[in-house]
Amino acid sequence: MSAAVNAPAVALPAVALKDVRKSYGPLEVLKGVSFDVAPGEVVAIIGASGSGKSTALRCINGLESIQAGSIEVCGHHVGTQRSDAELRALRQDVGIVFQSYNLFPHLTVEQNVTLAPRRVKRIGNAAAKDLARACLAQVGLAEKADSYPEQLSGGQQQRVAIARSLAMQPKVMLFDEVTSALDPHLTGEVLRVMEKLARDGMTMITVTHEMGFARRVANRTIFMRDGLVWEVGGAEMFAAPRTPELQSFLGSEL
Amino acid sequence: MRYDFDFAVLLDYWPDFLAGAWVTLQLTFLATVFGMAIGTLCAIGARGKRRWLARAIGIYVEIIRNTPFLIQIFFLYFGLASAGLRLPVFTAAVIAMVFNVAAYCSEIIRAGMDTVHPGQIEAAQSLGMSTPTIYWDVILRPAIERVYPALTGQFVLMMLSSSVASQISTEELTAVANNVQSFTFRSLETFLAIAPMYLALAALLKLSFWGIGLFAFPRRRRLGTAL
Repeated sequence: MSAAVNAPAVALPAVALKDVRKSYGPLEVLKGVSFDVAPGEVVAIIGASGSGKSTALRCINGLESIQAGSIEVCGHHVGTQRSDAELRALRQDVGIVFQSYNLFPHLTVEQNVTLAPRRVKRIGNAAAKDLARACLAQVGLAEKADSYPEQLSGGQQQRVAIARSLAMQPKVMLFDEVTSALDPHLTGEVLRVMEKLARDGMTMITVTHEMGFARRVANRTIFMRDGLVWEVGGAEMFAAPRTPELQSFLGSEL
Repeated sequence: MRYDFDFAVLLDYWPDFLAGAWVTLQLTFLATVFGMAIGTLCAIGARGKRRWLARAIGIYVEIIRNTPFLIQIFFLYFGLASAGLRLPVFTAAVIAMVFNVAAYCSEIIRAGMDTVHPGQIEAAQSLGMSTPTIYWDVILRPAIERVYPALTGQFVLMMLSSSVASQISTEELTAVANNVQSFTFRSLETFLAIAPMYLALAALLKLSFWGIGLFAFPRRRRLGTAL
């Protein structure tokens, strides 16, 4: 009995990339990338600059178009042709947080968080306010609701950006080098918020240079190189990389 | 070389001056509202994907910005009249002012839109927001907040150059002054009298724009700094 309960769920993957190819002009940055992410799983993508890891992430919510292959995200299909309506439906289920926060500078923290729910899901002002309080509490910034982004530290701005994504109640969260612009002290507060999200069962894909975070929090780590998935593994991969490329990459990162 | 000032003779014409100032304000209000609307649409079009539209807007803006306002107003009034379309003078003046100020506005707003970081647009797209919503909430609102002083300056300039409309005998402040000085032969006094009236109108405009700014840009009101 217990074995059946503990068996891996046969549910569809939350995210599935199949042989995804992407070029900028003559430069091919993704040369057939395939991987699956199960619901509730935390996957870290590591790799050197130019390995295609950010591009792969941005393809998942349609910020980049793909030239071949397919992506399935929470029942949405992303092929080479996409309509605006399909993209908007997809993006309501997939949140993304960027390296440069990209908060809306003319709006308060609360308005940053409520804008999309009000405009896209058309929820009322009072409900949006409650939602914002809840999301901001989740990232530990409830007391900053009335501040403007420029009044916050980088770490706080990044946590607001996370709250802004959470307010759309996404099924998958993408993180694109979210701590790269932060000093080590501020990095910690953002990573703690992400860890808590992971514990709460959010499906997460995070492109990161934080090897410690990848090893500790991610269920699996994908090492990308030259537009390909080069090596995939759990935490053990960091101690015993199979490929010499990952070995030298980890050596240079530490 | 002695000159005896006689302002008393102007007192009889106060109602005319007031009526003229009222017409100037009406012209300015209509030019501001419609000029802002058309200018905004032009700014959006000039940045859009349709090359032919962007080019057409570019040509319009360059023509307006590189020809005298007087010629534009003459073209609208006399030019169209010879083509068989005779516009009332007030309408002709309003249309000329709208198209004039819209061209300048579109350039100012376009500059403001260029300051919006592409990352913020990506963030809005990633939240599932539609293109019209993104244009309004994420691009135009901060853009207009940033260029608001330049925009309002342009509207004050437009109010001042509405005096050109006297040349097609729109009964605004300068036209009234022209009439008064031809009745009284007191041209120096007349024009000395309308200068402070224009100053007062400019002050009134600036005060209104300041109030609108307080209402429209809470961030500026709270932090007191430019965006």
